[in-house]
Amino acid sequence: MSMKATNRQVDGVSIVDMSGRITLGEGSVVLRDTIRDLIGKGEKKILLNLGDVTYIDSSGIGELVSAFTAVRREGGELKLLKLTKKVHDLLQITKLCTVFDIKDDEAAAIKSFTK
Amino acid sequence: MTNRVSYTLESTLESVNQVEQKASEVAARAGLAEDEQYQVAMAVREAAVNAVLHGNAYDPRKRFMVAYETTSDALVITITDQGKGLDPGSLPDCLAPENLMKGSGRGIFLIRAFMDEVKIRNTNPGTEITLIKHTGRSAAKAKEETQ
Repeated sequence: MSMKATNRQVDGVSIVDMSGRITLGEGSVVLRDTIRDLIGKGEKKILLNLGDVTYIDSSGIGELVSAFTAVRREGGELKLLKLTKKVHDLLQITKLCTVFDIKDDEAAAIKSFTK
Repeated sequence: MTNRVSYTLESTLESVNQVEQKASEVAARAGLAEDEQYQVAMAVREAAVNAVLHGNAYDPRKRFMVAYETTSDALVITITDQGKGLDPGSLPDCLAPENLMKGSGRGIFLIRAFMDEVKIRNTNPGTEITLIKHTGRSAAKAKEETQ
């Protein structure tokens, strides 16, 4: 299953609903292009909803890290929402749980962004 | 009893997906639990990506080989490329603070995390990586020893 990303705006936060696989090739490119587009539009509050992401490989993990760094470089914040157990475990063993702000509840995640 | 099947593949991402799918099937047939099937498939995917991307560098003249072997107590998968070779000692620690935010360099780390044994051999030219997952009684014994 290829990756799909759709954007919506809630209370000034850009929420990206992602589904499918974030792997080397198409999935990583979709994520990279989506983040680049949002940064280009001046979006500073980005919430990646990974609830329907079934699989991430090391390339996908690298793309998440690059997205986080790119948004922060522009003075913005990127947070992750609704990780599946497999994705959460991957971020745990790679110690990236300590880097990303990971949320389970969308409303709480939106409120957590700097006003 | 040992079952062995091997394939020679083109250096493409399509081949990587095929190799991953086959690994998942072989792991299921070997009697591994669902989470272990996922681990094996992911480790094989990472090794195949390394072969295609870092080893053969998508060179259409180069192939990579994958052998799946099921023995009485293990699943052994060997992936060989025709690239420049890999020095495992040169791989940076992806958990070190200075590497944590890098966009790459986690493949071999994940392979080691998900498999019971990993052997990397320089085949001059090329790299051979052997991934081993214990099955059946040997897996239970290995788990006992780690507890």
